[in-house]
Amino acid sequence: MADTRQIRARKGPVTYLLRAFVIAYLAVLVIWPLFEVAQQTFAPADVGDEGGVGAFWERLSDPSVTYAFNLTVTVAFWAVLINTLFGVGISLLLVRYQFPGRRILSVLVDLPMSVSPVVVGLALVLAYSTGKGWFGEALASVGFYVIGTTPGLIMATAFVSLPLVIREIVPVLEEIGADAEMAAHSLGANGWQTFRRITLPSIKWAVVYGVVLSMARSLGEFGAVKIVSPGAEFRGETATLLIQNRYTNYEEPTAYAAAFVLVLASVLALVVVSLIRKEDHS
Amino acid sequence: MTDTLVAPSGPARTTSRPGGLFRLTPTSGVGLGVALVWFSVLVLLPLAAVVGAAADGGFDRFWSTLADAQTFAALRLTVVEALLVTAVNAVIGTIVAWVLVRDQFPGKRILDVVIDIPFALPTIVAGLVLLSLWGPESPMGINIVNTRQGIFLALLFVTLPFVVRTVQPVLIELDADVEEAAASLGASRVTTFRRIILPSLVPAIAAGSSLGFARAISEFGSLVLISGNTPYETEVASLKILKFLEGDNQAGAAAVAVLLLVVAIVTIVILDLISRRVARRG
Amino acid sequence: MKRVIKAAALAVTGALALTACASADGGSGSGSDDGERVNIVGFAVPEAGNKAAAAEFAKTEAGKDVTFSGSYGASGDQSRKVVDTKGKDVDYVVFSLEPDLTRLVDAGLVADDWNAGPTQGIVSSSVAVIATEAGNPLGIEDWDDLTRDDVKIVTPDPASSGSAKWNILALYTYAKQNGATEEEADAFLKKVFANVTTWAASGREATEAFKKGVGNVLLTYENEAILAKQNGEDLDYIVPDHTFLIENPGAVLKDASPVARDWLDFILSDAGQTAFVSKGFRPVGDLDISGIEVEGANDPADPFPTPTSLSTAADLGGWSAINAEWFGKDGEKLRFDQLYAEATKQ
Repeated sequence: MADTRQIRARKGPVTYLLRAFVIAYLAVLVIWPLFEVAQQTFAPADVGDEGGVGAFWERLSDPSVTYAFNLTVTVAFWAVLINTLFGVGISLLLVRYQFPGRRILSVLVDLPMSVSPVVVGLALVLAYSTGKGWFGEALASVGFYVIGTTPGLIMATAFVSLPLVIREIVPVLEEIGADAEMAAHSLGANGWQTFRRITLPSIKWAVVYGVVLSMARSLGEFGAVKIVSPGAEFRGETATLLIQNRYTNYEEPTAYAAAFVLVLASVLALVVVSLIRKEDHS
Repeated sequence: MTDTLVAPSGPARTTSRPGGLFRLTPTSGVGLGVALVWFSVLVLLPLAAVVGAAADGGFDRFWSTLADAQTFAALRLTVVEALLVTAVNAVIGTIVAWVLVRDQFPGKRILDVVIDIPFALPTIVAGLVLLSLWGPESPMGINIVNTRQGIFLALLFVTLPFVVRTVQPVLIELDADVEEAAASLGASRVTTFRRIILPSLVPAIAAGSSLGFARAISEFGSLVLISGNTPYETEVASLKILKFLEGDNQAGAAAVAVLLLVVAIVTIVILDLISRRVARRG
Repeated sequence: MKRVIKAAALAVTGALALTACASADGGSGSGSDDGERVNIVGFAVPEAGNKAAAAEFAKTEAGKDVTFSGSYGASGDQSRKVVDTKGKDVDYVVFSLEPDLTRLVDAGLVADDWNAGPTQGIVSSSVAVIATEAGNPLGIEDWDDLTRDDVKIVTPDPASSGSAKWNILALYTYAKQNGATEEEADAFLKKVFANVTTWAASGREATEAFKKGVGNVLLTYENEAILAKQNGEDLDYIVPDHTFLIENPGAVLKDASPVARDWLDFILSDAGQTAFVSKGFRPVGDLDISGIEVEGANDPADPFPTPTSLSTAADLGGWSAINAEWFGKDGEKLRFDQLYAEATKQ
């Protein structure tokens, strides 16, 4: 990266001051609280109780907890799958094709990132709930329910993480240009062949980042899911909802254990992304 | 390429070319159709339903909800807190980015990953994490529950990466030669920073700040456990929406939601303008 | 190095995807193995009571191998959710207030005769109490003390919580009991509201806020205070001489599984009510509770002191009358909302 520059940089007292400030700031804001959570997770629930990894596992192996994580992973999987297919498709269309409304669409696909999760949940309820939603009755009459079911959770999750894949692919598609694709095209390759042989290899890493980021975001979605889900044990309670429910229901150790797992998952996602970024640059 | 992980490397839209290269073929036309249907079902129709619900009671109803003293106080608190946090982030975020790019010290890579943790962490877990250090059982005896300082801290936590991640790549690209030239011509460090570096960072800081602002305005999950929902004191917009929804006042919820939607749209339009300006210059 | 990283990244991504695939099939059904399941939707606080009763239910013939899944939250919100999903996957509901249940009757989800039984559809009861910090440092004795300047009250918000409405009616009937006119009662309520520091979404969230050190007085259900003490929370509670009888209605949905009906019958049986009593609820029906020790109560051997005067919803003309006078829906401002707006105005 920019190593030469860093060596050339003058190191005066200001440099050290700033360095100390940044380290202290991040330590107090992020690192110390995380450390406290880890400590709470492995602390004994009561004086005399067993703490440590054994108790941690026991809390996680409760059937309602495993159900919550199962559901979370299921929902995240489908949301990411949908977003990946949609993201790759829409990115190609936005960058490579001409059609009316293209600019507006390119602005709109960014919208879900800035919408409050509560508004997302509210929007889905107002559109699809059987009682008051615009389309709820029609869907219910064919036996399809969105609010309070797993498809609803998947929609809420897909909504909030929608732009992540697109954001990664679009810049790469723009950078590589369409020359190779046009060449392939003029040599008689059909659309699918061009995509598979030419486009996909060049956007491969962008897709992988997008997937990992969406996965991290989807596993942790809370606000939108809270409004859409029935939030009951074994029935729509995802890991994040479980954390809130247990925390407010005198089961803080379980809440901390579940939270710790999600912390690990997001740190893992970050490390993976950071590794492949480095890989991609070299 | 940028090193950006979570704060997007500029909006995910096409800025480099006025139009796509290819005309729609039948296959890509069908693809576009499918993508648009899905996007409408998932995002556009539900958001339209929110606007519809807000408009249901007529403009008077919409207005009286927002002008209600308590709702207005919640909106004002949200905006004020978000502005404060954005201002702090604009300064500290730039300093953090500066240290991460220009300084060199052991452990820097770890700090680089730490920056992203608040974004990747599920929001409810972020709330729990902050409570474990600053909550009722705080090892330091500071309890931020149900205080404006608590809201401030939570927002500071979740918006940490935005400015850092938009400024960082620009700093990396910035040519150190210019600074050295300025220095050799006798400019002081302050002058160099003010006249040479800061102007080139401004678009990035602005972009990061508006992303952070949008996030702060709409934040929900991390505040659920921290804000005590006290009217006039610690009630913020997203929690107000939830309260309206729980209190069976969907029109009220929709009215506040529409306001947040407008903020979201304004933010992405501002981002679009900034990125266009930068693209024109570059 | 390059290959190693690439391989590692792909492996992790693949592993994540595989876990997802593996659990994609089992996601919906893994909670219920073979027995039947009763899906409960309830207001915020009866979870502990239901769990205790469910453990006893499992020992009966009808309740063998039955599993439970409970969703608990603010009463009004829970009721709305059941209606919004047409009662799908819900067998048994229990709400804080009657109107939350009659909403389901109006929607055709619960039979009209839900309240025809000996308890008129009520499955659990309690009274409104004042909880304080351990040792009652402020020396709170009665509702009157809540107007003092040093009092910072935590109460649920009537917008979503049933518990909140019970508390407010307790305050109102207390004032009326002492001979206040309607205007004086309003003034009393306003003074109390001005001392409220947190309006939480539900009864449980109010307890939660109080636990976190917000405020120094909590208005709550007696059973919620007892449950908090059972869970080792540092608080005390006072049953004022005059208070309000809280009656929580429960019902089985029309197309619920038959076992849900057995469950409701069990709750109303002596064994079921005993389980509820052990978690701090006052019994409905004529269960003799002498001999039952209630841990967490002020006096475990005599857990439920009889207040000198106890008002009920029926005294005020029933819940439809109460709601029509006090608590507006859809942003409509009725008596409570006006007092609240005036009291909290800044």
